[in-house]
Amino acid sequence: MKLLKTFLKIVLLAALLVPAGTLRAQETEQDPDIKQIVLGHLGDSYEWHILSTSDSEWSLPLPVIVHSPASGWHCFSAARLREGAEYEGLRIASEGEYAGKIVERQDDGSDLRPLDLSLTKTAAALVLNCLLLLWMVMSAARWYRRNKATDRAPKGFVGLFEMLVTEIVDGVIEPCVGPRYRKFAPYLLTAFFFILVNNLMGLIPFFPGGANVSGNIAVTFILALATFLAVNIFGSKHYWKDILWPDVPVWLKAFPLMPLIEFVGIFTKPFALMIRLFANLMAGHAVILSLTCVIFATVSMGAAINGSMTVVSVLFTIFMYCLELLVAFIQAYVFTMLSAVFIGLAQEEPEKEPETEAPQPLENSKTATIKQ
Amino acid sequence: MGLLQPESGLLFWMTLAFGVVFVVLARYGFPVILRAIESRREYIDSALDAAREAERKCATLETRSREIVDQAEVRRNEILREADAQRKQILADARQKAEAEGQQMLEKARRQAESERAAILGDAKREIAALAVAITERMLREDLRDRDAQTQLASRLMDELDPKNRKTWTPD
Repeated sequence: MKLLKTFLKIVLLAALLVPAGTLRAQETEQDPDIKQIVLGHLGDSYEWHILSTSDSEWSLPLPVIVHSPASGWHCFSAARLREGAEYEGLRIASEGEYAGKIVERQDDGSDLRPLDLSLTKTAAALVLNCLLLLWMVMSAARWYRRNKATDRAPKGFVGLFEMLVTEIVDGVIEPCVGPRYRKFAPYLLTAFFFILVNNLMGLIPFFPGGANVSGNIAVTFILALATFLAVNIFGSKHYWKDILWPDVPVWLKAFPLMPLIEFVGIFTKPFALMIRLFANLMAGHAVILSLTCVIFATVSMGAAINGSMTVVSVLFTIFMYCLELLVAFIQAYVFTMLSAVFIGLAQEEPEKEPETEAPQPLENSKTATIKQ
Repeated sequence: MGLLQPESGLLFWMTLAFGVVFVVLARYGFPVILRAIESRREYIDSALDAAREAERKCATLETRSREIVDQAEVRRNEILREADAQRKQILADARQKAEAEGQQMLEKARRQAESERAAILGDAKREIAALAVAITERMLREDLRDRDAQTQLASRLMDELDPKNRKTWTPD
């Protein structure tokens, strides 16, 4: 209760101070372009913006790597393209189809987008998060290599890690995949921790976090593709037979309606995985950013409205942050669980002894429908 | 629409990063952890079984030790009872023996006293006799100067020695 009071005091104080500060800004600046700010954050950039002050801008220039059919490979720092500058015939388009991307001017005056493998902000954050993930898992694995089973259970970080691993393995992977879960556990655990680390790093509001990695469609596309491959490469004969020649009346198969639906189903499942993760994380970032921008959007409406909106914005942003922490875990969990369910469904063998085999697929499909 | 379009560059980096992470973790990371957790779980299970077994054994041992203690208690009581009886026996024997010995000693003492008194009496008799003789001698030496007195005395002595009116003293 005391904590809450202190907190409210701070919020009110901030509400009183912020308008005073922004009143000055109002004289010189236009209304901020909220849409631009939010989309700019959700999208990608060639520099990693760290901090802006009134007279200087801090950002980390990242390497630009492009290959154009006309001039071959280019590799240089993105600092050379600042303020629309042109370097080696390349520049960042300010408008048009490729706005915000690197383009090369053609001989006829039109712009062409070269093959762009630049280590952009999202890519750099991705690599950073991957290194973090590798370090985390490998340090835990090192502990297990150094300690025997007869030693005491781990404490601290390794203990926390073990709790998560056993929760995922015993609570998700084993019941969803079925008897051959050991083969898929490393992939599913990798996916879980990969998504979790990227989600949580994305919630840290400042450098080196804050990049919208798992809310990027390319990232979720590759994750969904990995699950797609795991499901279909290791699918049993029974799984393929169920798709191509399912147990339905012949007239449904002869006119290939059911096989067609089943075949489309192969792609819709991972597609749903991709969109779910992408949309959830992107929406979370967008909502938090929008709520924060409410403060700056209401500057022109006077001190009273701006002050009260600031309080509202701070409270809602804190609420959203709590929610996003939950979502960060839930989305990693759901992705892992659905991947496990899809893999498990593709691992099923035809039911020979209905008494013993029957409960498992029932359970699988139930969890699948609940989570869907 | 830009957000829904995967960038080729990011696809490349994501494939590379996720591929490397997957290969490393699936080969050197998670299998190690999973194996270790599994083996520790087995160890805990076996330790629990062993603990249960030990507890069971302990319980049997406790019953057995209680039995032994009970038996020992019974035996101790027996021994105590026996010892008590023996003690009483020994005491009675000793008393009996002491009594007999005392009796014997008393007897011996009495006999000794008796013989000693007899000896003392003998000595006294002899002494008295000697004294009497000496006195008599003195008296005789005084009185026999006179004839009448001699005759008188002789006749008195004669009277006295007559068993009829003898009034001599006896040792007792």
